[in-house]
Amino acid sequence: MTNMSTGVRVSAGTKAYLYLSLTLIAAIVLVPLLTTAIGGFKSLGDLRVNPFGLPAEWHPENYTDILFGDRYWRQMMNSLVIAVLTVFLTVTVSAMAAFTFAHVRFFGSNFLLNYFLIGLMFPAATAILPLFIRIRDLGLLNTYWGVVLPQVAFGLGMSILLLRNYFKNLPEELFQAALVDGCGYIRFFWYITLPLSRPIIATVSIISFVGSWNSYILPLIMLNSESIYPWPLGIMVYRGEFGTQWQLVLAFITLTILPTIIVFFLAQKHIIAGLTAGAVKS
Amino acid sequence: MTDISATSTIRSTAPSKAAIRRKGSTGRGRLPVLLLFLPPALLLFTLFVILPMGEAAWYSLYKWSGYGAPTDFVGLRNFQVLFNNTAFLTSLKNNALIVVVSIIVQIPLAIWLSTMLANKIAGVVLFRLIFFLPYVLAEVAAGLIWRFVYDGDYGLFASLAHLFGVETPYVLADKDLAIYAVLAVIVWKYFGFHMMLFIAGLQSLDKSVLEAAEIDGATGWQKFRYVTLPLLASTLRLSVFFAIVGSLQLFDLIMPLTGGGPFNSTQTMVTFLYNFGVTRMQVGLGSAVGVVLFVICVTLAFGYKRIFMRND
Repeated sequence: MTNMSTGVRVSAGTKAYLYLSLTLIAAIVLVPLLTTAIGGFKSLGDLRVNPFGLPAEWHPENYTDILFGDRYWRQMMNSLVIAVLTVFLTVTVSAMAAFTFAHVRFFGSNFLLNYFLIGLMFPAATAILPLFIRIRDLGLLNTYWGVVLPQVAFGLGMSILLLRNYFKNLPEELFQAALVDGCGYIRFFWYITLPLSRPIIATVSIISFVGSWNSYILPLIMLNSESIYPWPLGIMVYRGEFGTQWQLVLAFITLTILPTIIVFFLAQKHIIAGLTAGAVKS
Repeated sequence: MTDISATSTIRSTAPSKAAIRRKGSTGRGRLPVLLLFLPPALLLFTLFVILPMGEAAWYSLYKWSGYGAPTDFVGLRNFQVLFNNTAFLTSLKNNALIVVVSIIVQIPLAIWLSTMLANKIAGVVLFRLIFFLPYVLAEVAAGLIWRFVYDGDYGLFASLAHLFGVETPYVLADKDLAIYAVLAVIVWKYFGFHMMLFIAGLQSLDKSVLEAAEIDGATGWQKFRYVTLPLLASTLRLSVFFAIVGSLQLFDLIMPLTGGGPFNSTQTMVTFLYNFGVTRMQVGLGSAVGVVLFVICVTLAFGYKRIFMRND
């Protein structure tokens, strides 16, 4: 905690202490992940006597069997379809609403905005049973929409707030100029607001994509046939089926979290900013 | 996780440029844009957020299996049953325990790491990435990985015990130990998120104050205790707030680890709702849990804003 802002050089002793502590914590984070990935290459007996080290004999077939089967790909596709629909719908619907709150003056505007902000106060779990009954009565059980629509609805409060704040801070002169030129609201929204708001649209998209990709409770309640399970549900079924054949379960876990890890390292700046700053700044 | 956070900011969005805006917003075509742009959001939100919440309050007064119409009115008996149910009481206690552990273990850890990472040394970015990684992973995957780690036959714990010649512990099957095992996973999963909050907080500090303290001869610890920490107060409150909110909706991580067992020792409010309300289709009882959760969330959101955000 010394020298945190001043550019003073860190002494060798402090440096050793820093690296030692940081490496220790990093090891606690990484060891479970690495043993999972490596464990997927082992045989069950090998795993039992030697969970930490490298495999005595590499068994890539644990992985390739999963990769050549259709189960893994089907689950990934399901997750992708649900996430893409969720992101698309969340961004479209909330950008339109946020635009009216930012640029159109109308009676009850503040009241309506606060109405949407109620959605920030409680998680979907509180209303999960009535939601189930509603989705069932609409005939949407066991469909993608049964998961997508509630996810979008519960994401609206946050997205509308983020987008509206951003829209409001766009330079006012743009709007004046456009109006003088005879540009209507809708054209203004499409040609000026949206292109200028790419950063915040990216933030909202990341938040809703990650939320949907990892979501478990809504699909668990709304879906009941394995053919449309997204991966968090599918992996639980897989684990139930293969029980204590941990080497297969570990390979499956590794393959399912691999996309997340790759994307995270490629786009880390945006993802960290989206998930933390997005939550705080709003 | 991000849900409730923004309530604190409703106030901060007060229109500063309202006066200028008034002129600009009387453009033509106001009605069509309202009729086109607002209804989709309103419809979705009302149908899938507001109405279900209202229905939860209504259903909580009935004994109902979810089929046909609810007719068996039981008044507040569901709530009575709930607060006499030992599993539910355990879940309340666990939710509180998670918040406590978060405050006394996770947040100090996050502050410690964030101050270390504020040093200009090589590899800072990499460490930051590694620490944030568990937060990005899905709860279900993290839960399954730790289920393996804790496994008494194959896991890392088994071989550690072997190494030290101790009898293999079956941590997740022990009703006294399981909750602590779960708590450790929670810290592992979320400390990186809190660390990022503190890193952001540290970056926004006014550096001249620290320099002034240094000139006055303050030691590293004194600078931290009397300058940095007080200046981080608002980040600290935010962090506590997220810890509480996270605890209240914790579900995905528990299911692959213990499913709420053994003997309901690791239930949280939401796993209780699932295990007792959803799987047994006791709509009344489950809705009552939802109502309790809702009341806690709303009280928290308003209370927190009132008490803590006053000075920000």
